[in-house]
Amino acid sequence: MLTLLFDGIAYGMLLFILAVGLAVTLGLMNFINLAHGAFAMAGGYITVLLMNRAGVPFLACLPIAFVGTALLGAILERTLYRPMYARPHLDQVLFSIGLVFMAVTAVDYVVGSMQQNIHLPDWLQGRLPIEAVGIGKYRLFIVVVCALLTTLLQWVLSRTRFGSRLRASVDDPRVAGGLGLDVNRIFLLTFAVGSGLAGLGGALGAEVLGLDPTFPLKFMIYFLIVVSVGGTTTITGPLLAALLLGIADVAGKYYVPKLGAFIVYTLMVAILLWRPQGLFARASAR
Amino acid sequence: MSDATAAAASTPASAPPLAPAARSLRGYARWRWWEVALFAALPLSWLLLPSQALLLNEIAIVALFAISLDLVLGYAGVVSLGHAAFFGFGAYAAALFAKNVMPDPIVGLVVAIAASALLGLASSVLILRGSDLTRLMVTLGVASILYELANKLDWLTGGADGLQGVVMGPITVPFTALKGFDFDLTGRTAYAYTLVVLALFLFVARRLVHSPFGVSLQALRDNRLRAASIGLSVPLRLVAVYTFAGAVAGAAGGLLAQTTGFASLDVFDFHRSAEVLLVLVVGGTGYLYGGIFGAIVFKLLHDLIAAWTPQYWNFWLGLFLVVLVLVGRERFVRPWTWFRAGGKRTP
Repeated sequence: MLTLLFDGIAYGMLLFILAVGLAVTLGLMNFINLAHGAFAMAGGYITVLLMNRAGVPFLACLPIAFVGTALLGAILERTLYRPMYARPHLDQVLFSIGLVFMAVTAVDYVVGSMQQNIHLPDWLQGRLPIEAVGIGKYRLFIVVVCALLTTLLQWVLSRTRFGSRLRASVDDPRVAGGLGLDVNRIFLLTFAVGSGLAGLGGALGAEVLGLDPTFPLKFMIYFLIVVSVGGTTTITGPLLAALLLGIADVAGKYYVPKLGAFIVYTLMVAILLWRPQGLFARASAR
Repeated sequence: MSDATAAAASTPASAPPLAPAARSLRGYARWRWWEVALFAALPLSWLLLPSQALLLNEIAIVALFAISLDLVLGYAGVVSLGHAAFFGFGAYAAALFAKNVMPDPIVGLVVAIAASALLGLASSVLILRGSDLTRLMVTLGVASILYELANKLDWLTGGADGLQGVVMGPITVPFTALKGFDFDLTGRTAYAYTLVVLALFLFVARRLVHSPFGVSLQALRDNRLRAASIGLSVPLRLVAVYTFAGAVAGAAGGLLAQTTGFASLDVFDFHRSAEVLLVLVVGGTGYLYGGIFGAIVFKLLHDLIAAWTPQYWNFWLGLFLVVLVLVGRERFVRPWTWFRAGGKRTP
């Protein structure tokens, strides 16, 4: 029971790290980016390929995955995404679906369509024997890393100058620009960090979530659930939504395996029917 | 709307004096020459291209599906990522009915249409509130729920293997002596059957969007608040159009299941929802015929590229989408504007 809860929390934390970039993109630029999962997949594949082909140790792969996907995100933001900000939502949806299809097929072509396995270092395998609660070491590692990242994010957003600029741009990009903030640069940086976090999440999650070319399509709805249920105005909203989703999904798959993902989708539709702006959203200006 | 009002202004007033609004509406609903040509082209394609009936049948089904999405997206302005829910529901309803109750195609199709109209009615409450993102999520969620259901209820639907062994009876045209058209391997009967249904729904949808109801839909698409404040009941209209679109999409799904004798999980797949969006956007939204043109372009492209690289067709589909959106559909269908300075001609 507690093991299940813990697994759910680890899963939820992972989903949060994966989706937090999407929450910022949506809240900041009002841009529906269905291709967010593609960045996570990029991070996962960077890790897998580095570990299996170049023999880089696991811990060294994580920062590389972060930086690599952040760079990729920055380049794509500069070249492709920027003209899309002012477009209607339909255009954004089509554009990002197109990106997803391209990413899925490109990875299929380059790496192959089979499931990729990560060989974890020995000290991360096995379980900690604590009082009848089996806690996977790797799960614990995920929770610790994600908790650290979340605290760091929260600190950056609420305490630093960059954080206050970002919040100003979220609240009203035009006024923020009028006050002399370089909103475009803030967008670029935020997008890069968001994609980087997704890449890191993908690298961490390759073991737990599985990694194959259809990853962006499979988990797209999960990321979107986190963001739409959690709301885009705070960082705690998506965090709570991710934890809820993680626990519900793990518990649902354990207790009623026949229903599968059915519970999660139904829960989401019910929550959105009840609170269309998300569970933890304050009244939005838009 | 702008070209419609311009056309209305140029129409000479008909014999009895009409109120300006009625005259405008009547001018808007006038049959254009190319619409007549299009309707005439449907039976001609059956006569002139007998060897391509299977492909044409697929095109007609996709076109009908896209017309249904156009009603929701182009006329009511609801962005949907889960329109395959109705398509798949219709397909499974038709296949299950043929397998378990009776093999008559027309009765089966009516059942499929009714079932997916009910689904549309039930799920329309979900799209009334919230932002674009909420609606995207809810429509996607409904399609995913149905996908999971069809996957898990394998005693009924065959699960991941799909529903096999659907045998359709011959078509008997009601109220006439025409009977005994079997579905054959060349697909000519199937194509004729699909064409009749397509033309029927196209005609009904045309009447619908040119009626005051259709015009009010466009009003609420352009500005919901304003439409509500001049006294239109926005939720009722959305429910009505969503139900009707559900019925049309269900008809398309039912036709697919009946003419191929098969229904699989693929009909609920996200891929299908995305494809129909693409088809509609290629053909153009908001004038009802976009689905037909889009379906023709899409299927021909699909055949062309899939013959060349069958496994990686999705890449080119994605590239096509990205380029289409980046260039802008308005410019994309007008190649002579590609090399002009950007933003000059875009309205």
